[in-house]
Amino acid sequence: MSAIAAVLPGGRLHLHHGPIDVIVKAWGEEAEVRAAYAQAARAFEDVLPRLCAELPLLRTPLPAPPPQGPVARRMHAACLPFAGRFITPMAAVAGAVADHLLAALLEGRRLERAFVNDGGDIALHLAPGQSFRCGIVADLASPGLDAIARIHAADGVGGIATSGWRCRGRGGRSFSFGIADSVTVLARDAAAADVAATTIANAVDLPGHPAVVRRPARELDPDSDLGERLITWDVDLLAPAEIERAIAAGAAFAEACRARGLICAAIIHLAGRRAIVGAPALALAA
Amino acid sequence: MTETRQSTDAPEAEALAHAKDREAGIVTCDACPVLCRIRPGKTGACDRYANESGKLVRLDPLVIAARAGRDGVIPFLGAEWDGSALSGATAFVTGIGAGTTYPDYKPAPFIVSSEIDGVEMVTVVTEGIFSYCGLKVKIDTDRFIGPECAPVRVRGEQVGHVTTAEYGSQMLSLGGVRHLTGGGKKEGVVTCETLLTLANKGAVEMTIDGGATLTIQAGQAPIINGTREERMRVGCGSATIGIFARQWLGHADEVIVVDDHITGVLTEHQAGRFLDMRPSGIRVRGRRSTPGRYFQVANPGTGWGGTDITDPLSIIERIDPKLAWPGLRLLMVSTTGEHAAWYVLDESLQPVPAPMPPAIAAVVERIGENCEPALTSVLFMAGAGGSLRAGVTENPVRLTRSVRAALTRVTSGGAPVYLWPGGGITYMVDVLAMPDGSFGHVPTPALVAPIEFTLPLADYAAMGGHLDRVRPLASLKDEPRVTARAWNDANPWPLERPAA
Repeated sequence: MSAIAAVLPGGRLHLHHGPIDVIVKAWGEEAEVRAAYAQAARAFEDVLPRLCAELPLLRTPLPAPPPQGPVARRMHAACLPFAGRFITPMAAVAGAVADHLLAALLEGRRLERAFVNDGGDIALHLAPGQSFRCGIVADLASPGLDAIARIHAADGVGGIATSGWRCRGRGGRSFSFGIADSVTVLARDAAAADVAATTIANAVDLPGHPAVVRRPARELDPDSDLGERLITWDVDLLAPAEIERAIAAGAAFAEACRARGLICAAIIHLAGRRAIVGAPALALAA
Repeated sequence: MTETRQSTDAPEAEALAHAKDREAGIVTCDACPVLCRIRPGKTGACDRYANESGKLVRLDPLVIAARAGRDGVIPFLGAEWDGSALSGATAFVTGIGAGTTYPDYKPAPFIVSSEIDGVEMVTVVTEGIFSYCGLKVKIDTDRFIGPECAPVRVRGEQVGHVTTAEYGSQMLSLGGVRHLTGGGKKEGVVTCETLLTLANKGAVEMTIDGGATLTIQAGQAPIINGTREERMRVGCGSATIGIFARQWLGHADEVIVVDDHITGVLTEHQAGRFLDMRPSGIRVRGRRSTPGRYFQVANPGTGWGGTDITDPLSIIERIDPKLAWPGLRLLMVSTTGEHAAWYVLDESLQPVPAPMPPAIAAVVERIGENCEPALTSVLFMAGAGGSLRAGVTENPVRLTRSVRAALTRVTSGGAPVYLWPGGGITYMVDVLAMPDGSFGHVPTPALVAPIEFTLPLADYAAMGGHLDRVRPLASLKDEPRVTARAWNDANPWPLERPAA
């Protein structure tokens, strides 16, 4: 079965293929937007087939040989700085797809603003002077607008990604080693934000804590790149001090990422508590 | 721009057929190039396909319920629909998987016309997102599950309360807008999960403050404090006396039916008087309501007849020596026959346990035989009288009036609903009459339930319906998500006019 592209109400472009669902919106002259959408839709056609062709390599822990496909190369490059710990290029797959489609969208086009939202991992384009207001929902299971970030063109933020412990079948999509309800990262592109959100969320943790139920990833998904490693399945009530300790661990890791220039900012949510790293770079509210 | 290419969404027959994996019931999905291997009970990476007991299934199908035509053949029930013509006589589009068109001023997702018996009918098919909804649960048991109004909790969160008991049953009221949206975040989420599981015919364990721990599931016997309830009582203690009095006559001199509501004493009861039975002089505890009928002989509990009684003799207050006699034969029994004991009074008029005579044992057994199996029944209740109506017509009050006048038939997943009188379109439906997995949820939190409005096309036009959105039933063959399920023959066919 092939990819589909359809325009949704409100002038948004919906791209769907297998597990990939992308919402695109561009602002600009009508003809430019139409041409941009056509470019993105065309670029989307072979995204999934090319990723699948290299899946075994993309599921191999880094360092590993670089892959061939354009999206795969973005994944590899974004994850390489994190190769000191266990990481596979899959940690950046959603963000890399968003970046790839945004690049196709912009190729030769004049757009004021655009976003490519791949299941919550978002690539952004802002022409000089433009801005986006982004709402952040910390816990999908009980959604509310937990924070708002205003991103200006001058902030150098080209990607936003969010990660958390809720996995497939528990209200989320992917697996986490940590217990964060959500970690939202702003970075120069979506792939960088994606892998950083994943690794920071992994660092928000209380190793060995009995309130955290962990299961081998393979038990849930036999092909998971995480193999027999234990992923978070459930998080019971935590004491306030424990919540603070877990958040502090994540914030320390996020700060290290920021110091290395891997991210612009991160917002960590756990059990109603919040920590912000690198906030001065942007306006945060709520 | 938009070109809509061939949809990826239809499960290809080939994909379904070749999807088996030998290892541990794993199914390989080839709906897309990822080729997810999916463990039983899990979904693929897309969350659209799942492994349901070794079968690859689409998670959000649009469900058409199909029944056999006059030739006895059900038109389509395979993995893939052959596109054969559908008619209103054999196929009904349910709201399951239809989606919504929120905000509701937009026409409902599917407005389908079909013909039956020469009449052109329209079914407006949608899914309602209900914050105002809940479950009314009837649990067939006399056992004490908790005091009226007591909170019902799941994982510590209050999801409802114990409400007025009904005949032979304890009742719970679960959900409602206050628990869904009025309390804490977790309360809403747990309430939503509880409602969803029960409405989709699953089992939920719950505790009642000052009462029991229950596991309930629609259509199954309730499990109360770890014990499966087998039988619903034949009646209250007094009713049991009334039913079996004649069968005890001549075999017992006194029968006391222990019940937490009304305990019956045969010789004093109207039934015993009517049979000219000699008063036994055995007086039970509690408050006498009318002769032979006693309230409050014991506290509610999990002993005899829904009381806390474990030794039946403990409810005997006194035995009048002027009336009782040595050798008096006494049966004590519960309203389900599960508990029974036989006594004979000795010279000092003390009840002494004795082997139960076969004639009495037979009647005790008959009490059990006359008890119906104890079940849990779950009715979903919701109000569809709000903005959802705008998806049906631009003049919503006309829909309400048409429903009131029984011109428009309301169904939920094809199942008949009970419509509450008064304003709005507030309905109840037996979840067991609905197809499996009819309900969904949104994180608001709120429940998503299918709802269909069926009426003659002419009436639909007259009420200001979205006529430009009416599409013939046969056009649904182009919908990739369509799945056929067998019609539940116990339900009336929604497209047929009810007999006038």
